[in-house]
Amino acid sequence: MALNTEKFISQVNDLSAQGNLHTEEILVNMGPQHPSTHGVLRLVIQTDGELVAQAFPQVGFLHRCFEKIAESVTYRQVVPYTDRLDYIASMNNALAYVLGVEKLMQIEIFPRAQYIRVIVAELNRIASHLVAFGTYGLDLGAFTPFLYGFRERELILSIFEELSGARLLYHYPRIGGVAKDIDAKIAADIRAFIKTMRRTWPEYNALLTENQIFIKRSANIGVISAENAISYGLTGPCLRASGVAFDIRKAQPYSSYEKFDFNIPTGQGTKGQVCDCWDRYWVRMCEIQESLKIIEQALDSLPEGEIRAKLPAVLKLPAGNVYLPCENPRGELGFFIISDFQPKALRIKMRAPSFCNLSIVNKICRGVLVADVVAIVGSLDIVLGEIDR
Amino acid sequence: MEFTQLWDKLNKRFPERLTLATESGDKQIQVKVDDLIAVVDYIKNDSALAFNFLRLISAVDTGKEFSCVYHFYSYQHAHGLILTVSLNRANPTLPSLSSRYATADWLERECYDMMGFNFLEHPELRRILLPHDWDGYPLRKDYQQPAEYHGTKH
Amino acid sequence: MNDFIQSLFGPNGVNVWIAPSSTWLLATILFTGAGIVVFVWVALMSVIGTYAERRVAGYMQGRLGPNRVGWFGVLQPIADGIKLLGKEDLIPAGAAKWLFRLAPILVFCGVLIPYAALPFSPRLVVSDMAVAIYYILAFEALEVVGVLMAGWAPNSKWSLYGGMRLAAQMLSYEIPMGLALVVIVLFAGSLNFQQIVAWQQTPMMGIEDPNILGWGIFRSPACFVAFFIFFIGGLASAKRAPFDLPEAESELVAGYHTEYSGMRFAFFFMAEYGAMYLVSALTAILFLGGWYGPLPLPEGISPASLVELWNTNTAGQESFWSACQAFISAPVVLTTAGAELIGFINLAGKALILFFTMIWIRWTLPRIRIDQVMHLCLKVLLPLSMIAALGAAIQIVIMN
Repeated sequence: MALNTEKFISQVNDLSAQGNLHTEEILVNMGPQHPSTHGVLRLVIQTDGELVAQAFPQVGFLHRCFEKIAESVTYRQVVPYTDRLDYIASMNNALAYVLGVEKLMQIEIFPRAQYIRVIVAELNRIASHLVAFGTYGLDLGAFTPFLYGFRERELILSIFEELSGARLLYHYPRIGGVAKDIDAKIAADIRAFIKTMRRTWPEYNALLTENQIFIKRSANIGVISAENAISYGLTGPCLRASGVAFDIRKAQPYSSYEKFDFNIPTGQGTKGQVCDCWDRYWVRMCEIQESLKIIEQALDSLPEGEIRAKLPAVLKLPAGNVYLPCENPRGELGFFIISDFQPKALRIKMRAPSFCNLSIVNKICRGVLVADVVAIVGSLDIVLGEIDR
Repeated sequence: MEFTQLWDKLNKRFPERLTLATESGDKQIQVKVDDLIAVVDYIKNDSALAFNFLRLISAVDTGKEFSCVYHFYSYQHAHGLILTVSLNRANPTLPSLSSRYATADWLERECYDMMGFNFLEHPELRRILLPHDWDGYPLRKDYQQPAEYHGTKH
Repeated sequence: MNDFIQSLFGPNGVNVWIAPSSTWLLATILFTGAGIVVFVWVALMSVIGTYAERRVAGYMQGRLGPNRVGWFGVLQPIADGIKLLGKEDLIPAGAAKWLFRLAPILVFCGVLIPYAALPFSPRLVVSDMAVAIYYILAFEALEVVGVLMAGWAPNSKWSLYGGMRLAAQMLSYEIPMGLALVVIVLFAGSLNFQQIVAWQQTPMMGIEDPNILGWGIFRSPACFVAFFIFFIGGLASAKRAPFDLPEAESELVAGYHTEYSGMRFAFFFMAEYGAMYLVSALTAILFLGGWYGPLPLPEGISPASLVELWNTNTAGQESFWSACQAFISAPVVLTTAGAELIGFINLAGKALILFFTMIWIRWTLPRIRIDQVMHLCLKVLLPLSMIAALGAAIQIVIMN
């Protein structure tokens, strides 16, 4: 049901040029208080009736001066702040930061700590994708998938609570290792979760993925070509859905990801063109399965040993700079750390995947309907905490 | 391509124009502001380099000098490159890459917002994270925090 | 005058309880009384509807739903109502004030007025008019006027979008819905609900008492198609998911009722559940046998009015008390009253099952887009309903 927008706009323009039709474009403020902008995103939409001519994203409402604060606290004190950037995937954020610091310090992390990091990062990836699944359904008007997603996410949060004492902002990966070991009970919980998740995953597809209305709403909408995706710096599921099989866990493995066997799901254009909203959604759903595989392998081969390296009380990193990209649920996350052999960093610059992913919105939101803007922004799966920092 | 090969290739193409940063950590290649566009065009379009992905633009203030750091990556060849540009502290001006990499648009706006770099030929160089009427560039080392903003004291 | 009033009520209207001695004063009192009863029924439907909606949604989503106020949370809708009463009544600056105030009333009236022709049981109907279907369709459109007003008046862009969407949506669903009704009207040969329901009890394909098989939906393939078209159109007219675009919360914040608060909002809310029951009951009457079946109606129902029944059954009784006793124990009164009750249970039961189906759909399906609504209604349902109407006509010609 392709909408011939070009033709329609030209017809409307012809009519108004003849003076037969008085039309006026409306400027609509979608957000910062709006149910489906995933936080405090403001989209200024220029519309002709329901047709969107332009959509300008305005960000910064959640700016908390992360980079400025990071210059004024010690390296260890930065970790809790990183939790609060992408609050849906705190583990992955903190992991990216501590890996960067460790790389500059050139310290070896115990294998057990590396494996535990992989486990929690993948669990958090699943939790994040479950939120993406639920909120995407919500954006398209299906309420129930949201609670389905949150039901399984709850299990992950309980595991994290056991591990770190917190349910959202964990402060679990530490410089040199992790905060707490995975004991037998937590391992059993994780295995039980894997079982549950494998059972309920087909339910999600029956409820939302294969729903005809859902497919009609998301297929062929917001198509991003691989060329555009690369040029706009899209990463993560958005890039992979465009058909670029690039995953940092494979390309530049960190934290012993090279030891695990998993696939990179890419957009195949199953329901429409490659890298429409449905493809981006489906890549996330497939990544849940791949993450389950990784967690299972990591649990099976979890090495014995210590979980935290002994480090001096005051960390002074050698002068230099480091950028270590990590695969966040939303894309490539990395911290560019510049040190001048002081207890505090000279500069910490963060590459926020959502920030780059969002920048393409105006490009793909031209000539779509207002309802599609919601579908497109939802399919990019942005977190404003990370965009605004 | 390994970094040494990269360096050789670039050095051959731009003799005497590039310098290798010697600090520990990631290896950086220092480019003069005037050469930036030529170097970027070369590394983007040369088929053996093909740096089609601009990861990150970071504005850095070391307290003494300004520099702008570009992280590039190539999906075809799976190699990365870091270019740095030293800038004049009084007038940090450099060319924009937004016509070459669409992602540079927002990344450069952020550099402008936080550090006050002036990117020439940028389509709309205005603040992105901070309010449009904010005073100063917060990530500069000599930045003085304003006592109040629209009646709000900190 | 009396004839006119009689024609307003129709042969089975409210006056059946008092007739034939209706005067204009009595008629006014009766209409007012009936109006209050209908209003209470709509309010009751919104109370039951919100409670059921939230409990069913809770059950479907693996959570509890309201269970704190009263026994199993049954008083929750009342608590909500009290909360809404206590809310500040806001009128946005720059709003067209009178339109803003009028809109919720019009919307509610657009739902309430059709109830005048909607039977609740064989004879429990305010006005058994000859053109009932026509009347209901005509006055249902009043709700749309109200919504358009609500979209325009608050001077809010989201509301405007909601109003615009509803206008486009109404143009789309009204036509196939009307054509689906044509199928039934052609077969039944009447616009009157009594006759349409009676038609569903007539012998069919040699079966003398077809019971459930005689329901409109099973009468002909055309009717079967028409049932689904009508129900889909009904979903759209009640603005229920997947056709809740005028109030799409994830796109338009709350659509046309974005700027309404307190009781004005409550009127929109009640109108929605009122419209849901209206559509469900209409579907049940037109396609699902009305008040006949599954429970069988007793034999020997008197067609006489209440006054006539009273007069014939209490003849010779001295005191009022004994007259009452005689009236209540008269078999003809019992069967007639029983028939009304069973008919009411049958009809309301079927309507509530459809009501539940609407809730079920609401919590299962995503929302479709406005161009898809128009595509579905105008390019799929409209030809289908035309074919169904044509098929029905051909079938009638061939069978006669």
